[in-house]
Amino acid sequence: MRARTRAAALLLTPFFVLFTAVMLVPIGYAVWLSLFTEKQSGLGFGGAETVFTGLDNYTAALGDRAFREGFGVLLGYCLFYIPLLLAGALGLALLLDSALARAHRLFQLALFLPHAVPGIIAALIWVYLYTPQLSPVVQAMEAGGIGFDFFSPEGTLPSVVNIALWEWLGYNMVIFYAALQAIDRSVLEAATVDGAGAWRIAFSIKIPLVRASLVMVGLFTVIGSLQLFTEPLILNTGTGSAVTSTWTPNMYAYTAAFDRNDYGLAAAASVLLALTAALLSFGVTRLTGRKPKAARKEKRA
Amino acid sequence: MTGPRTTSPWLSKTAVNGALVLATVYMLFPLVWLLTAATKDAGGLLAGNAFSFEGFDLGGNLSRLADYNDGVYFRWYLNSLLYAGVGALVCSLICVAAGYAFDTYDFRGKEKLFGLVLLGVLVPTTALALPMYLLASEVGVVNTYWAVLIPVLVNPFGVYLSRVFSSGYIPSEALEAARIDGAGELRTFWSIGLRMIMPGFVTVFLFQFTAIWNNFFLPLVMLSDQKLFPLSLGLYAWNSNAHGEPDFYPLVVTGSLLAVVPLVVAFVSLQRHWKAGLTAGSVK
Repeated sequence: MRARTRAAALLLTPFFVLFTAVMLVPIGYAVWLSLFTEKQSGLGFGGAETVFTGLDNYTAALGDRAFREGFGVLLGYCLFYIPLLLAGALGLALLLDSALARAHRLFQLALFLPHAVPGIIAALIWVYLYTPQLSPVVQAMEAGGIGFDFFSPEGTLPSVVNIALWEWLGYNMVIFYAALQAIDRSVLEAATVDGAGAWRIAFSIKIPLVRASLVMVGLFTVIGSLQLFTEPLILNTGTGSAVTSTWTPNMYAYTAAFDRNDYGLAAAASVLLALTAALLSFGVTRLTGRKPKAARKEKRA
Repeated sequence: MTGPRTTSPWLSKTAVNGALVLATVYMLFPLVWLLTAATKDAGGLLAGNAFSFEGFDLGGNLSRLADYNDGVYFRWYLNSLLYAGVGALVCSLICVAAGYAFDTYDFRGKEKLFGLVLLGVLVPTTALALPMYLLASEVGVVNTYWAVLIPVLVNPFGVYLSRVFSSGYIPSEALEAARIDGAGELRTFWSIGLRMIMPGFVTVFLFQFTAIWNNFFLPLVMLSDQKLFPLSLGLYAWNSNAHGEPDFYPLVVTGSLLAVVPLVVAFVSLQRHWKAGLTAGSVK
């Protein structure tokens, strides 16, 4: 028995050493940093000095309109993006799962492919497709009488949401499709015998049965959305778009750290972001009464 | 969506597959655009039909890509291969070892420890990047390969997946047999467990490889020396130049196309594995 305990310890050690080094310690360090501020002594000739300032960085971040607006942007983004993503991915999965669909593997692969494209490149491609001089899409839209400026203040949110949808729709569709395929076929047959139509089966049987994966995808999407950075950053650099350098909280933290060298403020912003993620995960799992995929799969108890 | 029950089956069959085709077009046309755009020079990109092979000059773009700045692009390519290849290999080994241990052994506080791993899945990684940068600068590894390589060795979700795979692929009888034959615990893991969990290993590797290949925020924070850049960061730097100098456009577009190719090939050829990974993560 001792040998087994020793083996378990040996096999787990590499992971937990690294886990501590790149997750636990940085979290602790971020909290620590957020309590300090670099102050210039006198007129700034004496060099900088790090002083303990308690929660000042938090009040500074929360008191900054740009930071609060960043959370507003995230809220708008989530309200717009998450329903579209979930409904779109689930809708496509139901279509693919219906008896009428053809070429399942081909559709799955084609819809999944954008996920193989790095986020930065996805953003680059779409920025080109948004630029009127370059874009066949904008030209086609104009020919069809639709004038839409993807870089305008009203256009920024749809622009970013579209890029994110393109990247994640197929990925989540495959997850939902796998969950739908796992449904016991006899349940569906029974419903058909009872006279339920395709709509009825989808809404009363299939969707309730894949609720677990809906919750999981929703949770990961919320956490992913909070980290929004790459796509708006590309829209921010040189496209003349209305995306600012502090458009999302993550961009705010990055700007605070690397443009203003205010690490305390940046750390406070990061901690607030992580806290928001924690609260939301807690809320989601509480609301739906599920633990985040806990280890129920016991083989050898 | 499918039509109501009363319509003829042919109509709803058309509707279902038509909707799927529409979604596929939306997914694929930006990739088609990338392919055709990579064959054009700056002039052709800014004028003319983007979805054609008019003014085909892929060869010219490729040679400009290879020449620019002493072929720095291919250096980035090698860097990406190094970060993603080595990073994913070591990460998958670490994950599989931990997942196997969680599945195979019983020890005190096991589920609590596993709960900690699951919490790690929920931590927003970008919120960690900044403190990680500051820690790395204290240790003196900022702007080195290690700064990008070490953080990507950790993937809590990989441990979760490995545990699921381990419980699915490794029958306890096989381990018992090895023990009866007198194999030590580590030897059993190495020569029996690891062999049997190979499909899971490949899955975790594939996902981690993609994640590292696509990684942008961490290198952006950690690296300033162009020679250490992965593709994502290099292309970002070029794109920032392109607004002033349109000659960069073909470099960015052709470079993007080449950067996408290995992942597309991997996903097309390893379909079984990414589907298995997504399924293991979703179906209870």
